Amino acid sequence: MMRDPIRRYLGLLSALMLALMTSGAAGEQVVAHLSQTQVSITTDFEGSEIMILGAVRREAAIPEEPLEIVVTLMGPITPVTIRKRERTAGVWVNGPAVRIDAAPSLYAVASTRPLLDVLSHTENLRHRIGLEEVIRLIDAPDWLLEERGAYREAVMRLRRDQGLYFTVDDGVSLLEETLFFTSIPLPADLVEGDYRARVFLLRDKAVIDSFEAEVAVQIVGIERLIRMLATESPAVYGVLSVVVALLAGWGGSALFRWLVP
Amino acid sequence: MNVYLPIAQVSVDAIGLLAIGSGVGVLSGLFGVGGGFLMTPLLILIGIPPAVAVATGTNQIAAASFSGLLAHLRRRTVDIKMGCVMLFGGIIGSAGGVRLFAWLREIGQLELVVGLCYVVFLGAIGALMLQESLRALLSVRRGTPKRRMRHTWIHGLPFRMRFRQSNLYISVIPPALVGALVGLLAAIMGVGGGFIMVPAMIYLLGMATTVVVGTSLFQILFVAAFTTLAHAITNQTVDLMLALLLIVGGVLGAQIGARFGQRLRAEQLRILLALIVLGVCVVLGVDLVSTPDEMFVIDPNDA
Repeated sequence: MMRDPIRRYLGLLSALMLALMTSGAAGEQVVAHLSQTQVSITTDFEGSEIMILGAVRREAAIPEEPLEIVVTLMGPITPVTIRKRERTAGVWVNGPAVRIDAAPSLYAVASTRPLLDVLSHTENLRHRIGLEEVIRLIDAPDWLLEERGAYREAVMRLRRDQGLYFTVDDGVSLLEETLFFTSIPLPADLVEGDYRARVFLLRDKAVIDSFEAEVAVQIVGIERLIRMLATESPAVYGVLSVVVALLAGWGGSALFRWLVP
Repeated sequence: MNVYLPIAQVSVDAIGLLAIGSGVGVLSGLFGVGGGFLMTPLLILIGIPPAVAVATGTNQIAAASFSGLLAHLRRRTVDIKMGCVMLFGGIIGSAGGVRLFAWLREIGQLELVVGLCYVVFLGAIGALMLQESLRALLSVRRGTPKRRMRHTWIHGLPFRMRFRQSNLYISVIPPALVGALVGLLAAIMGVGGGFIMVPAMIYLLGMATTVVVGTSLFQILFVAAFTTLAHAITNQTVDLMLALLLIVGGVLGAQIGARFGQRLRAEQLRILLALIVLGVCVVLGVDLVSTPDEMFVIDPNDA
């Protein structure tokens, strides 16, 4: 009578052990919360930051290999045209254009340790985590074949210099292999659109779970009005610009004549 | 204090923009020029995309020239008939210029062409102005009278018309051509074109000097207004937020400059202006020929 529950218990344990052994640390899941999922660009916008707080949910004991966290934030993906300067008749002229098919307007990577130390190459490729994996040049023209890498790297370098692409190797702090926190700064020159935040949980250089959330970046207030009018009814916008200019010109001289007769 | 520019999609220092606006305004009040030739390069320098700098510059010029034109209308120093003839050419030139601008932008050579135009025109005008004002300064000392233009090839052209206020009876072709050239430059360089029009009116057309500035402001106002409209429709590069800040600064600066200008001697002023023009020309020229640190450029229109 007493043997049954023990057998059942042992059976459950071995099943769990088996499950753990076959799927590694499959039991671990990431839960995360973003401090803001809507960023408003106002007139006096001077940049912002997105804080990401998360936790690792697990049923079993903490595995032995250290847990690593990688967080990425990616701006809207658009094609980019890049040109190499060439000297023609003493003057630096822009050479032929190369279209990089996809380059995010912003890309930030924060991790617990340097990215390549915590992530294997295949996993990086599969999940497109590193910046090199995000920027794509699909159809390179024939003349470019040898130099295509240089163009891609130039896009990365230029955007990095502008503060739009950045990596923070120790940007994620992890507590007791369970709680983690990171803060990703947003530059002042932010482009409107949908941004994507991703959190990856890694053990043994492999992704074991991930989390995704969208951040909507929107221009608001008078700027929004100006932008909408300019793109949706450019003729009205043009007339408005001229009228504003004329009023300001007239107002300015009238004001000064009144102030200093 | 930073301000986010909705069309340029960059965040810039508002105080810096006001300073540029009023600094250029002071110069324009001082010298009676629009100052677009300084404004556009300065805007590009602080990180505004060239396409936005040029188009928005024309909007600021509309404001500045309207302010100046009102003063000249009150003094009745505007030859409206001559202004209309030049404007006719100006609109055609500007319409062509905006098209050219859109095309250059597409092939990625806009910055280069804008830069080259600046170097060529500023260099030529600056050198001419310097030479002319030095000569004038010397002749004032010696007391030689100024030589009025006599008969040239211009007087042999057809379609002659009487311009009472300019004290002229000439063909409409040269003023319309001058207007067209200025319209073209306004669209591509984001300038009013006073620095070309005023010398052309005096030395080429031989207009009475009293109406030269007022008439050129008349033409500049309408060409700038038309160019702003055309850029807004064709290229969508007019940034109203940027324009407002520049206009506010410019209007203030122009009034200050006009008051200072009355205390300085005209010939010395012109030498100073010539030196400023040449200075901008050299800075831009060096930029075109010196080896850049970064060999690659991202097309600013995509960003």
